[in-house]
Amino acid sequence: MHIDPLEKQWVQVVVGVCALFVGIIMIDALFHGVNAPSNVETIDSAKLHLSEEFGEQNLGVSTDENGHITVRMVAGRYSFFPKNIVVPAETPITFRWVSIDVLHGVHVPMTNMSTMIVPGFVAELLTTFPKPGDYPVLCNEYCGLGHDHMWSRIDVIEKEQWSTQQNRATGETES
Amino acid sequence: MNDNTERNLALSHMSVAFIAFLLACIMGVYQVLERSGLFSSLDSPSVYFASVSTHGVLMAYVLTTFFIMGFGYYTASTTLKMPVWNPKLAWGGFWLALFGVVLAAIPLLTGLASVLYTFYPPVQAHYLFYLGATLLIVGSWVWCGIMLMMFYQWKKENPDELVPLAMFATAANALLWLWTSAGVAFESLFLIIPWSLGWVDTIDPGLARTLFSWTLHPIVYFWLIPAYTAFYVFVPKQAGSFLFSEEAARAAFLVLVVFSLPIGFHHLYMDPEQAKGWKMLHGIGTFVVTIPTFLTGFTVIASLEIAGRLRGGKGLLGWIGSLQWTNTMVLSVILSLLMLIFGGFGGLVNASYAMNAMVHNTAWVPGHFHLIFAGTTVIMYFAIAYYLWPILTKKPLISNNMALVQLWTWFIGICILTTPWHVLGLLGQPRRISSVVYNNLLTLSWQPYELAMIFGGLIMMGSGGLFVYVLYKTQFNPSAEVFEGSVEYAEPLHKPTDLPEYLNDFKLWNKVIAVLMAVSFGIPILQFFFMDTYDSSAWGY
Repeated sequence: MHIDPLEKQWVQVVVGVCALFVGIIMIDALFHGVNAPSNVETIDSAKLHLSEEFGEQNLGVSTDENGHITVRMVAGRYSFFPKNIVVPAETPITFRWVSIDVLHGVHVPMTNMSTMIVPGFVAELLTTFPKPGDYPVLCNEYCGLGHDHMWSRIDVIEKEQWSTQQNRATGETES
Repeated sequence: MNDNTERNLALSHMSVAFIAFLLACIMGVYQVLERSGLFSSLDSPSVYFASVSTHGVLMAYVLTTFFIMGFGYYTASTTLKMPVWNPKLAWGGFWLALFGVVLAAIPLLTGLASVLYTFYPPVQAHYLFYLGATLLIVGSWVWCGIMLMMFYQWKKENPDELVPLAMFATAANALLWLWTSAGVAFESLFLIIPWSLGWVDTIDPGLARTLFSWTLHPIVYFWLIPAYTAFYVFVPKQAGSFLFSEEAARAAFLVLVVFSLPIGFHHLYMDPEQAKGWKMLHGIGTFVVTIPTFLTGFTVIASLEIAGRLRGGKGLLGWIGSLQWTNTMVLSVILSLLMLIFGGFGGLVNASYAMNAMVHNTAWVPGHFHLIFAGTTVIMYFAIAYYLWPILTKKPLISNNMALVQLWTWFIGICILTTPWHVLGLLGQPRRISSVVYNNLLTLSWQPYELAMIFGGLIMMGSGGLFVYVLYKTQFNPSAEVFEGSVEYAEPLHKPTDLPEYLNDFKLWNKVIAVLMAVSFGIPILQFFFMDTYDSSAWGY
């Protein structure tokens, strides 16, 4: 068997480059928690309205006692519900997405808020929006002839503005 | 040897492939025009999605499968110097696959199968679509059987010889396709067909997607292997040189076959039904499968450099200019490799677990696969067709210049079409929309790119039309002039000696694949049976 020395060097370079890429990805995944949404959590898509979590009154933005924000959204032909939500910038937010009918995908352009929404599963991910703005929420998996029209909005506001509003809201309930 | 049967088989298969290609090209132009939103009379989601579904099926399943079968039959008989085993069975496979295509075309063209070529349930098409697609696959299995039969017959008759490289690659592809198509066949037979016929009301979309991902990656290598085969066995000869290393070629094909199979989850990175450990495992495998492509690039460019230097090229890069750019095969490989460099870069981005989130299902993705499939791969299908058509029809190619213009315009069209597509993806445009109706300022930044894509599409349709025209004019040329040439395969620079049996056979590799598939897909598939999963609802689509 004949292997040219140049060829051998090339293979070493290539394997080295691949190992470098894989290494960076693995370090990010294992030590910095940079992962794709993969929670493998099942839910009965036909009974979402009966589920505690995805009942209508619980959709949208909620803050727990530690101040962590969770957004619960339902995807269905042809929109994301609730259609407009407001969240703060520079704050970690957990998104939980479910579908009531077919396969959908959701992406907020220019951010990593991206996941498939598979019927029968809850898609969960944690992200932070770095900048305030008016972000569209787009369905990016073909879901039927009205797919083009499947979108909603997220208003990302300044962190300070969010805290002021929150404080005012809490103040009102207390008084 | 009288090779009328083989020539007929090759011509019939490839003709079906290229007719499908031309129809799909025309649909492609309609799609860029419709999608741009500039022509309100064209706007129609129902026509658009029927067209996209048909375009995808024709390009990805019909063009490829028929081309690969026809090319395989002719390669097998010419390299092994033996007739095609059981030609009646081969014709049976041809007609079965064609019948499947016609069956699938009826619902596709009437808008009853607008589920796109990935047919992700629970969006549902008419059952004839799924039956037709399944028959196409079954027809192609006939081809796989015949290829492997001929491979092992020849080995039995020539126990001490190396199987010629072209046949080694073709048989490797047949084995790859048997493994690859099993995933979608399971999905089709056990989930989709019973459900589309109404025997069951609901379907498990997570399991369906997992099974489809089994097929989804290696299928692109099934399409790519004929292009790589031409890189190794035709290009060096046509360039006036030798194959730099046959050992490297064999190793590249083997790694492609073995490692393209257990890595399909990079299509499911963004999916909630698979856990991150499995995704990482498949992600690592995805990087392993880039190695044979890097190796192929090296070997092919080394073979070309030898050609350039033999033709008098001097200096570090001077050999590039002295290559025979007017030879269709040489020009194609140069353009193909250029597109492979850019397409491969995009592919590494897609493969990067986590970074994928930024481009997943955006316009970047069709940009990527048009560059690497319609570009790198299909341009080599053109080159193979230009090379084989005179041999198969015994008529000289009608015009080499027209063929060169066709190849250049295809390359230019691909660049103009796919560069904006990648940019649109980075700007957040989703793939698979028929029009932009989002009421958001972001969409303003998309408009110039949509416009550019129209020009790319028009150039490509013109080029695709010219390709079919050149073949048609060659085949039906009334002139009595007879073309006498036959297929010439490249010689290796160093005649391979003492090759281990694992570089000349698949038995060991078949076992390796079985183990890798069991490891990477076993639990991810079984989890749907030991976990409480829910089917999609039985209404609403």
